Amino acid sequence: MSLEQVRPVQGEPLHRGRLGRLRRFEPASLIWVLAVAALLFLVATPMVRLVISSLQTTDTGTLTIDNYISAYGQLRNLEALGNSLLYALEVTLMSALMAVPIAWGVSRTDMPAKSLIRALILGAFITPPYLGAIGWILLAGPNAGWLNRAWMTITGSHSGFIDVYSFTVLSLVTALYAFPYIFVFTSDALDRVSSEMEEAANILGAGNFYTVFRITLPLVTPAILGGAIVVFLDTVALFGTPAIIALPARIRIMTLQLWQYFEFPVRAEVAAAYAIPLIIITLALFWVQRAILGRRSYVALTGKGGSRTLTPLGPWRWVILGYSLFVVSLAVILPYAALGKAAFSKAWGLGFTLANVTLDNFYSLLAEEGARRTIVHSFTYSAAAGCVAVALALLAAYVVNRKLMPGANLLTMLCMAPLVIPGIVLGIGFYAAFASPPVALYGTAAILILGYSTRFLPIAYVNCAASLRSLNPEMEEAVRILGGTRLRAIARVIVPMLKKSLLGTWLLVFIPATRELSTAIFLVGAQTRVISVMMLDLSENGSFEILAALGFFLLGATILIVLLGYKIIGRDFMLRRS
Amino acid sequence: MSERETGKHSRLSLSGLSCVYGKVAAVDKLSMDISPGEFISLLGPSGCGKTTTLRMIAGFVRPTGGTIAMDGETISSTDGSLPPEKRQMSMIFQSYAIWPNMTVAENVAFGLKLRRIDRASIRTKVQAMLDTVRLGALADRYPAELSGGQQQRVALARAMVIEPRVLLLDEPLSNLDANLREEMRFEIRRLHDAFHFTTVYVTHDQGEAMVTSDRIAVMNLGRLEQIDAPHALYTRPKTRFVAGFIGRTNFLEGRIAGDRIAFDHFDLPRGVFQAEELGKSGAVVFSVRPHCISLHREAGASDQHIAVQARLVQRAYLGEYWDYVVSPLGSDVRLKVAATPSQVFDVGDTLWLKFDPQQMAPIEA
Repeated sequence: MSLEQVRPVQGEPLHRGRLGRLRRFEPASLIWVLAVAALLFLVATPMVRLVISSLQTTDTGTLTIDNYISAYGQLRNLEALGNSLLYALEVTLMSALMAVPIAWGVSRTDMPAKSLIRALILGAFITPPYLGAIGWILLAGPNAGWLNRAWMTITGSHSGFIDVYSFTVLSLVTALYAFPYIFVFTSDALDRVSSEMEEAANILGAGNFYTVFRITLPLVTPAILGGAIVVFLDTVALFGTPAIIALPARIRIMTLQLWQYFEFPVRAEVAAAYAIPLIIITLALFWVQRAILGRRSYVALTGKGGSRTLTPLGPWRWVILGYSLFVVSLAVILPYAALGKAAFSKAWGLGFTLANVTLDNFYSLLAEEGARRTIVHSFTYSAAAGCVAVALALLAAYVVNRKLMPGANLLTMLCMAPLVIPGIVLGIGFYAAFASPPVALYGTAAILILGYSTRFLPIAYVNCAASLRSLNPEMEEAVRILGGTRLRAIARVIVPMLKKSLLGTWLLVFIPATRELSTAIFLVGAQTRVISVMMLDLSENGSFEILAALGFFLLGATILIVLLGYKIIGRDFMLRRS
Repeated sequence: MSERETGKHSRLSLSGLSCVYGKVAAVDKLSMDISPGEFISLLGPSGCGKTTTLRMIAGFVRPTGGTIAMDGETISSTDGSLPPEKRQMSMIFQSYAIWPNMTVAENVAFGLKLRRIDRASIRTKVQAMLDTVRLGALADRYPAELSGGQQQRVALARAMVIEPRVLLLDEPLSNLDANLREEMRFEIRRLHDAFHFTTVYVTHDQGEAMVTSDRIAVMNLGRLEQIDAPHALYTRPKTRFVAGFIGRTNFLEGRIAGDRIAFDHFDLPRGVFQAEELGKSGAVVFSVRPHCISLHREAGASDQHIAVQARLVQRAYLGEYWDYVVSPLGSDVRLKVAATPSQVFDVGDTLWLKFDPQQMAPIEA
């Protein structure tokens, strides 16, 4: 074969005016643009709308600061704000006290029964806080609560020793379902601390106890702090537990005041004004975190030597196990025992007689048309939200990862923004932006699905970005050099390769969406009721038996899904920090 | 500096030290004595038990047999072992393990604070030590703001500032790049010359061990193969493993027959070797370094008795020297020979090999 025979393929010249530019246009680009538009619509609109409507009069829409005056001009609103901050602070401290010792015990010592403790903490993690709160009403109701009745029987006293309708117990009950966050963050960080860090202190003369407090715990401070901030923000914006405990206890909490602006006459503009501090608090906390950490770095500096030897505790390992069991009993074992009793009782206050046992509560859930529809709503909306969130997050993460558009980092910020928007604020923002015309989604399934998708978008984004980073871009470049388009590469290579982690991501959106309350409470309509809202209604009516049955149903479904997730994706996908 | 006094440096004695995990003996009846102020390297391939030995000395691992004594006092035995924090030793870890949440100065001061030294002396000592490791200007930096070599120096300073009775180093240079590693070897030796701490240094790099150590203990499969000064280890290896592990070598297997030693198709007079090193009869194995064999076109008259005719079968030019492979005529033996760049021969040439009996080390067969 002579050289002349090998000619380059005669292609068209690359540049030929407008036509040439069109040739270079990737159809996929349109999808990026659409994805960005969708993100702006979902994340930016409600927030902008929230701020604008806080500055407008209800009817005419003229500029005003009246809303702020009526929100903060009242002493009770200021008191509620103060109470909320105090409440969040107490919950954060209690959570840290519960989580950190257990995390240390599980991650770095030879404490026995670690997997049992982990499983029970996962149980607390997947328990909706309001369900736990109801369990605690059954346990620590002033007179009828189990614990109090047991106390009165044993001691012969005339009153109980614990009152669920008090500020401290409100904080305790909230902390019992918030501490898993700090636990996950802390144990994950502790798993990464190389034993050489501790051994270096040992050999210089530090005993084990001193080492834990001077080396190990300081090394994971950022993780503890990170978890604590999540707990604080979650609590400040928490609606369910205060609605169940603080409302009857007449403790003024900010989220409850916010909710009251949606009672007739609806004053969404005042609510918007009153919600603004939540955003400011959030931003301030992240700033504080940054200031505290400063120049210190906490990541392991060198790769090698990352082995981990467990600290032998001797007899002390039983102490830490005892403490762990105590905490998880309070969070899981006792409340579920109480709920279980109620779910199978005709009346939960009636005690343990055979005559009191019944399956009617479960029957009535399945028999009643409204209850059945509510359950179906929760699961279908959550499933749809999972799909929307994963699809949007994957596209956004892809655009950012491959730097397909200028300002891709703004996209990251957009995706992560809902993390710093309290659920209740998001609900109000969605209401303000989408409830009324021109969008007019109020009372539709779509507004709930979009609300859930937005609320849990950061979880989806973080996971998608992480799995994309783990993927070698050459996989995809191989498709394109062989003539495949970018979309084909995504559909035929990326999605199949990330199948497992995308499913895991979907579950991480789906599971919290099934119990979401604080966004849903503002967005449900008469025809779109979901489980969490139904539980709140049942609690207001005092129908604890049916409520407990519903709670068990939700728990059973969640456990099934989590087990399925374990089977498909691998252990620990829930208790991983993401 | 007070660190120059050698009085407080400790003698370390390992006797019959073993560590058995399940059925595998990580360390098998190891015995050695380390003099006060001596720098010993534990050298061997990965899995030879050197790190386990070091961790037993530090007190992180309890032996399953034998004892460790420091200045005559038993600190590790099967009955019990003094916890690491009570041993007054210090250690430099493979990952350095400098605490990222403390500044350089705080890291170095950590051990001193535990010794309840007053604040002013701590400051002086820390500053002096940082100056010694040439980090004086970086005292207030955080570790993440330092380069790998600087982090290494922090680890050295932190370990040495407490004037340990024994200084332990666990492959401290394995995370550095090649140039820095070279520099830090000399740095470690310089610091040892300044302070004379009794030092145990674990490495799998013979170059590091040669540069830093007074004596090198070569370990294999949990056992001590040989412990000697670097040059003795190289020139007089006692076992096949040591000869092969330290530098390149040729093994010559022969048999003593009367006053000659017979090899494969050639022999050498027995009289040229030091009699006490060889047995009366039976098999012998010599280790011969490539540069201890010379190549000649002609056999000189005076040393005919140690010359062997051979054919050149392979060659490679490596810049600093020629790397030849020769085979004595009629023999299957292949010998590596290093020659200066000016000594050029071609493949196929018939040459005379000359052995230097002084540089042929008989090893345990």
